[in-house]
Amino acid sequence: MLKTLRKIASVGLISEPAPAPDELLRVRRAADATIAAVLGRALCIRHVDAGSCNGCELEIQALGNPYYNLEGHNIRFVASPRHADLLLVTGPVVRNMETALRRTYAATPDPKRVVAVGDCGCAGGILGECPASLGRVANVIPVDVEVPGCPPSPARILQGILTAIQG
Amino acid sequence: MPLRRWWDRAQPVTGAPHVRGLGVGAEEWLQVARDVAAAGGVLHALWASCAATGERCAHERAVYGAYQTDGGVLVVELTPPDEAPWIYPGIEDIFPAAARMQRSAHDLSGARSSDPDVRPWLNHDRPYEFVRVDGEGVHEIAVGPVHAGTIEPGHFRFSVVGEKVLKLEERLGYTHKGLEQRFTALPILQGHRLAARVSGDSAVAYSWAYCQALEGMSGRTIPPRAAWLRAVCLELERLANHLGDLGALGNDAGFAFGLTQFSRLKEDLLRATAAAFGRRYLFDIVVPGGLASDLSAEAARALADVVRAVCAETVELRDIYDEHEGVRDRFTGTGRLEPERAARLGVVGLVGRASGQARDVRVDLPDAPYTEVPVTMVVQHGGDVASRVAMRFGEAHESGRLLTSLLSGLPHGAHAAEVGVPADGAFGVGLIEGWRGPVLVALQAGPSGSIRRCHPHDPSWQNWPALEHAIMGNIVPDFPLINKSFNLSYSGVDL
Repeated sequence: MLKTLRKIASVGLISEPAPAPDELLRVRRAADATIAAVLGRALCIRHVDAGSCNGCELEIQALGNPYYNLEGHNIRFVASPRHADLLLVTGPVVRNMETALRRTYAATPDPKRVVAVGDCGCAGGILGECPASLGRVANVIPVDVEVPGCPPSPARILQGILTAIQG
Repeated sequence: MPLRRWWDRAQPVTGAPHVRGLGVGAEEWLQVARDVAAAGGVLHALWASCAATGERCAHERAVYGAYQTDGGVLVVELTPPDEAPWIYPGIEDIFPAAARMQRSAHDLSGARSSDPDVRPWLNHDRPYEFVRVDGEGVHEIAVGPVHAGTIEPGHFRFSVVGEKVLKLEERLGYTHKGLEQRFTALPILQGHRLAARVSGDSAVAYSWAYCQALEGMSGRTIPPRAAWLRAVCLELERLANHLGDLGALGNDAGFAFGLTQFSRLKEDLLRATAAAFGRRYLFDIVVPGGLASDLSAEAARALADVVRAVCAETVELRDIYDEHEGVRDRFTGTGRLEPERAARLGVVGLVGRASGQARDVRVDLPDAPYTEVPVTMVVQHGGDVASRVAMRFGEAHESGRLLTSLLSGLPHGAHAAEVGVPADGAFGVGLIEGWRGPVLVALQAGPSGSIRRCHPHDPSWQNWPALEHAIMGNIVPDFPLINKSFNLSYSGVDL
């Protein structure tokens, strides 16, 4: 117990400030531009892997580490789309995940936002469109913000999330 | 020794060291499998060539098996008789892990094995029939494909009584994206980029295995500095993944402090990796012929300093984990996979070594630089979550030691060499011990720099079925912990 406490004290606070939103990442402006007013300062996110290679997942998980301190910015991941305000979607949308993604989107209450993460989600990536894959996320559900990168850094993903809730 | 005759007949295969290939008929196909099993060998991979559609394939259909025995890797090619339809003898009774590989091979190529379980695996067009468990009080819990955390999609069907799990049946294939077909559309000198994205957490292992096969086929030996730098990347990948898992395992045992500390250390390591190689995750750094960029002496020293600091803190945290009664209670005895069962199921890699299966490609069939910087294999015998945690602590420590040696002894010279296009029909196999286990890439060249066929094989193929055994008799709330202790790839097996 003493060792644990000593470790916590010696590391101290290392969280970094959040990046500013970047309007260049926005691909669509939602008609109901009131999400920040509805949600106040709290945001719940549901992540959906629609067929990624799991690289983007590693960087999304990193958002929880003490440097990015996602929960310190009043943002958290939730276990059900019914509790979510925003979907964070990775991967090209593969055929075997199309139904699951559509259902997850339908189960998320309005107003909602969608952020596509990674080159595959934004543009199909190296996999592109093929008989097994429908390509970019916007081919299947409406996307508000796209964060390119293979994988994009946690700071960039956070920037995308913050941009999405501005509009 | 019956295995001897197959080795004597086999011809050398280019790529990884000690790989030999052999063409057989249906009877011999079964006999090779029996002889390998009798000699204590393991199945690395089973795949079939060619898409079900496509005229070129009609005369090229073949099924391949890759085994590892004490002598090396034996790749067996089974070619069908001319008359169709063709059912080849399945080896699922000899190597249980072959069952899903055979079902996938059928979905991808149309080659049908004799296994009576003909349910499609990667093809999700039809409803799936799960095995039902009947009895008083038995009910099912269906989970997925979209899970509660930030992880990949898959479906788990638990049959439970109260909280106790009687049976788990996995249903994977949700991230199937036609990787093998996509390979055939890429130039062979570009395929390493797709290989790195078969399972992103093992980017170095896959791209190295791909390049190892390709360089062998082109008759090219990479410069010593390139080999050493690749090993630096591979050990960084192993260390980063182990740190992430150690944090997540602490968290799943209710010890959030562990996640906070280990995720901080992992971030420190990723930032040092980015400073050294220009990227946090090492995609597209291993390229045909060597490395995409060199490492300056100064950058190597800075990287070594961070690795040392991270490893020193890991030792402190191990102490805290070991002394924490709550954590110890959740880890010990949970999700036990006994060594005998692990051997029977042909479990490989980290999960295998946690159950006494002492195999590591870096030790058994070392290629440069592991011939000069030998690896000390970590093995545990408990087979429970605690053993898999101890494996990660042990291997993280060993990777730290290797990184220190590699970074301080980097040979001088070029970090890459030119690689030419291999001849049409050339075949090579790459085999690299990634953080999860052995990653195999079987590559065949087509005409004028194209890919005729590429099969990337993840160790998760062999280990997913073992998870179904490890959960039996445990309680449902322990599943996330047990699953995390395996931490298998979905993308890697969904192809």
